[in-house]
Amino acid sequence: MKHIVTLLVENKPGVLARIVGLISGRGYNIEGLTVAPTHDPEVSKMTIEVPGDDRVLEQVTKQLNKLIDVIKVADLTSQRFFGQEMILVKVAAGPEQRRGVLDIAEIFGAVVLGVQASSMTLRLADSPGRIAEFLDLVKPFRILDVSRSGMIAMPADGI
Amino acid sequence: MRTGAQCVIDGLIQAGVKTVFGIPGGAVLDLYAALYRAPIEFVLTRHEQGAAHMADGYARASGKPGVCIVTSGPGATNTVTGLATAFMDGIPVVCITGQVPSHMIGNDAFQEADTLGITRSVTKHNYLVRDVDDLPRIMAEAFKIATIGRPGPVLIDIPKDIQRAKTKAVCTSEPELRNYKPTIRGHPKQVAKLAHAINSAKRPLILAGGGVIAGDASAELTAVARKANIPVATTLLGLGAFPETDPLALRMVGMHGLVAANLAISHCDLLISVGARFDDRVTGKVSEFAPHATIAHIDIDPSSISKSIETDIPVVGHVKYVLEDLLKLVEPMDRREWLSQLAEWKSKHPLSYNGSEGRLPPQYVIETLYRVTEGSAIVVTDVGQHQMWAAHYYLYREPRSFLSSGGLGTMGYGLPAAIGAQMARPEKRVAVISGDGSIQMNFQEMVVAVEHRLPLVIVVLNNRHLGMVRQWQAMFYNREYAASVLKPKGRGPNEKVLPPCTSDYLPDFVRLAEAHGAVGIRVCRPEDVEPALRKAWVERERPTLVECLVEEEENVYPMVPPGASLSEMVHSLA
Repeated sequence: MKHIVTLLVENKPGVLARIVGLISGRGYNIEGLTVAPTHDPEVSKMTIEVPGDDRVLEQVTKQLNKLIDVIKVADLTSQRFFGQEMILVKVAAGPEQRRGVLDIAEIFGAVVLGVQASSMTLRLADSPGRIAEFLDLVKPFRILDVSRSGMIAMPADGI
Repeated sequence: MRTGAQCVIDGLIQAGVKTVFGIPGGAVLDLYAALYRAPIEFVLTRHEQGAAHMADGYARASGKPGVCIVTSGPGATNTVTGLATAFMDGIPVVCITGQVPSHMIGNDAFQEADTLGITRSVTKHNYLVRDVDDLPRIMAEAFKIATIGRPGPVLIDIPKDIQRAKTKAVCTSEPELRNYKPTIRGHPKQVAKLAHAINSAKRPLILAGGGVIAGDASAELTAVARKANIPVATTLLGLGAFPETDPLALRMVGMHGLVAANLAISHCDLLISVGARFDDRVTGKVSEFAPHATIAHIDIDPSSISKSIETDIPVVGHVKYVLEDLLKLVEPMDRREWLSQLAEWKSKHPLSYNGSEGRLPPQYVIETLYRVTEGSAIVVTDVGQHQMWAAHYYLYREPRSFLSSGGLGTMGYGLPAAIGAQMARPEKRVAVISGDGSIQMNFQEMVVAVEHRLPLVIVVLNNRHLGMVRQWQAMFYNREYAASVLKPKGRGPNEKVLPPCTSDYLPDFVRLAEAHGAVGIRVCRPEDVEPALRKAWVERERPTLVECLVEEEENVYPMVPPGASLSEMVHSLA
């Protein structure tokens, strides 16, 4: 099972390496990771997607909590939370296909960032499930490139 | 205005540091210049690994953080094994490393290494100082982090230009660590739950670990055990946490634990781990560990709880204060049945070895050392068979009297750690128990012991093998002694047979000791052991190396084979 762990950490050099090093050094895996400063410039928030059972996650959480630069660790998986991801996708679409791609984009609320002679570049920010659906639908047009941000997450209640 | 180097010295003095171990080099010349005038004793080691182990031994013997100062690049990388040793066993060490000047970092400069990156996973925390104004705070933080919670090594990497730069910043005595506030008092509900479990248990057992010693909680532990009549077993690092001469003492558990102690684990109905983290060498097969017991665990480190053994009653807190609270709640109990069962196991399964004539058993040497020192020495070991025999045949009566690399199992730890211990506790005598394999790792530090006139008693149990490796090869690898024999390959036909009690192996430890300015004695008969150890014991000015040519193929028993449960102990090769 995949767990979504959010961390508040000191916004200092080397903190990311510390966290990634701890997780990989103890034999755990990271499937996704985002990090950026919060409204407090001294604090960064990280969202990490870690596969593993509850026991593994309990260890990961406890070990992360031991790091001096970690302010707070939360495993969001057991509660209601918002998890969002952004993707950029370049689809092979000449003049005949543009309408079809645009229809899908409109339904999903994706934004057209640019149109080229034989391709279109779109942006979509949504839940991982919706993003998967969107990618399935544009797949027949031939996907040339995808960039994914990795998930950012926040609990529905509280902080 | 103070220079960065002066800030470091200020920080050391403020932390109460009296002794520092290390080796100078290009990137720490400024630090050493400042140290030259400081009221701090400096111990020049011969290898940076030795410096790190000395700082560790100093810390284990005294309870105060040990400090080493080394240069950039190779100086820093040489400390890695020492830091990892301290990290695994939770020992407070502060390691200060020089770094190339800030503007050169990342340029593959001379003697540059990514010290921060290399040591990240073997330190509790580490710093690269980028601004001299931060240095006073970092110094204070480092000592705080090293000593509170589960202690551990902290490294401060200081570029050369930062050591020279000037600052107005000063050390604050008590730095604020907003993110790191270990729980000290145990949750009252959990403590009460544990007390209730103890008061209703028929066969309770305390398993005391290194945390009891780190937390200075031996008195509290002893009080709880005696009040509630609970037998006490210890881990390797817990030796001395509870007096082994006490009738309630079951002594060491685990792979080479005593039979009664391991049987107690397998039969108890309540196991209370106090500062013991259930290392795999302690538990054996996890699924069959303490199968009938409710597991309680008192530990300051929440990540130690339920890591390998599922815990029913966790108590997060400082062992000293948790035990203090617990003492008020536990009731005196009779437990005659359980204690007489344990007494029976103890008398039925004592430690034993083949002491027949013509043999020099290694166990006998340790027994004799115990007798000669009257159990009063601080014993420091290396890693291997001798380490287990040191645990078996010497009785530890007080905390900080047995120092050993438990978690990492670092051969080469013993001699430098003993030097650190002797520096920290000049009023005590320190004995090293080592093997012919281990002592050769870091023998160079012998000159440090000689220079500082430390009267170490260094017992080398020479079995001409890497004994523990050979034992595993004997037991599990068809007696094929691959690369574990420390003797010259077969002698040519024209070489004469050597008379007994000369070295048919390399090096000649007696001459090696003498070359370093120490006393060397070789012993090959049981009757010579005691006089040699007595001679070493009365020596007050120099270290004495007593080399004992012991049985080559003696094995450590009992042994729980890897992967087996603690109740499946093996007592012989067959």
